[in-house]
Amino acid sequence: MGKMKITCEEATTICTKSQYGEATLIDKIKVKLHFAMCKVCRRFSKQNSELSSVCALAKKYQEKHKCCLSEQDKALWKEKIKQLEKED
Amino acid sequence: MLEETKVHTLNPDNWIDAYADYLFNYTITRVNDAEKAKDLVQETFFAGLKSMKNFEGKASERTWLISILKRKIIDHYRKINSNKGKAEVRMNFYQDGEREGDWIEERIPQEWSGGADADIESDELAETLKSCIDKLPEKYRMVFEMKTIQGFETEDICNELDITASNLWVIIHRARTQLRKCMEDNWFKK
Repeated sequence: MGKMKITCEEATTICTKSQYGEATLIDKIKVKLHFAMCKVCRRFSKQNSELSSVCALAKKYQEKHKCCLSEQDKALWKEKIKQLEKED
Repeated sequence: MLEETKVHTLNPDNWIDAYADYLFNYTITRVNDAEKAKDLVQETFFAGLKSMKNFEGKASERTWLISILKRKIIDHYRKINSNKGKAEVRMNFYQDGEREGDWIEERIPQEWSGGADADIESDELAETLKSCIDKLPEKYRMVFEMKTIQGFETEDICNELDITASNLWVIIHRARTQLRKCMEDNWFKK
C-alpha cells in the first residue's frame, strides 16, 4: 500500500493515470488526501481533464485529416524493388 | 483427416500493391509523421528483399513483413529515445533535495480564462493542441499520441516499444504537463 502522503509529482501522475481510467482505488484515495491540502494540484487536475477533452477534439480532427500514400510513392517503390531484384 | 500445412511464398513484385497501404497505416498510427512512416515502410520492403532467403514459409507474407516493420519501429523508438539532451522536456517538479516532488515555482499551473469552447472553435482548438504536440520531443510525442490519440492499450505500447508501464506513465505525464503549459500559454491565458 505504501505511504499515504505523496508529493505533487506523484499526485499529478495519478491524475494523469485517472484520465485513462488506470488509477487504482488506493491511488485515488491518496490523491483526495493530497488535494485536501494542495490547491495547485487541484487546479492541475481540473485542467488535465480539460486537456483530455481537447485531445478528443484533436483525435476527431486527425481522423478528418488522415494522410495516405500517393500513387507516386508506390510507383517509385515498385521501380526500386525491381531494380534490387535484378541486382541479386 | 490430416491438417494441411500451407507453405507460404514470397512474391515481391506484388508487395507494393498488396501491402504498402496496410504497412503505411500501421506505421502512421505509431509514428504519426508521414515522411518518417514512408521511410520505415520503404526500409521494411528493402530489408524484406534482402532477407528473402530466411523466409521459411511458416507465416504469411504479410505477417512476415509486419514482423520486420515492428523491429524497424522499435529501432526508431530507441533512436529517438537516445537523442540525449534533445529528447527531454522541461522539468516541472524538483527532482532532488528537500523539495523533491514539489512544483517548481515558474511551472505552477495558473488559472485559466474561460473553458474549451468546443462548439465554436473546435478546429482552431485542435490545431493549437496539435502544434503543442508537435513541439514535444519525439519520444514523448510518439508515446503520448499512441496512448491518447490512437487509443492503444498501455500493455500493447509497452510490448511494442519494449518499455515498462512505469516508464510509459513518466513519459505520458511529462508530455501532458508540458502540453498543459503550452495550452495555457497559447489558448487559455488570462
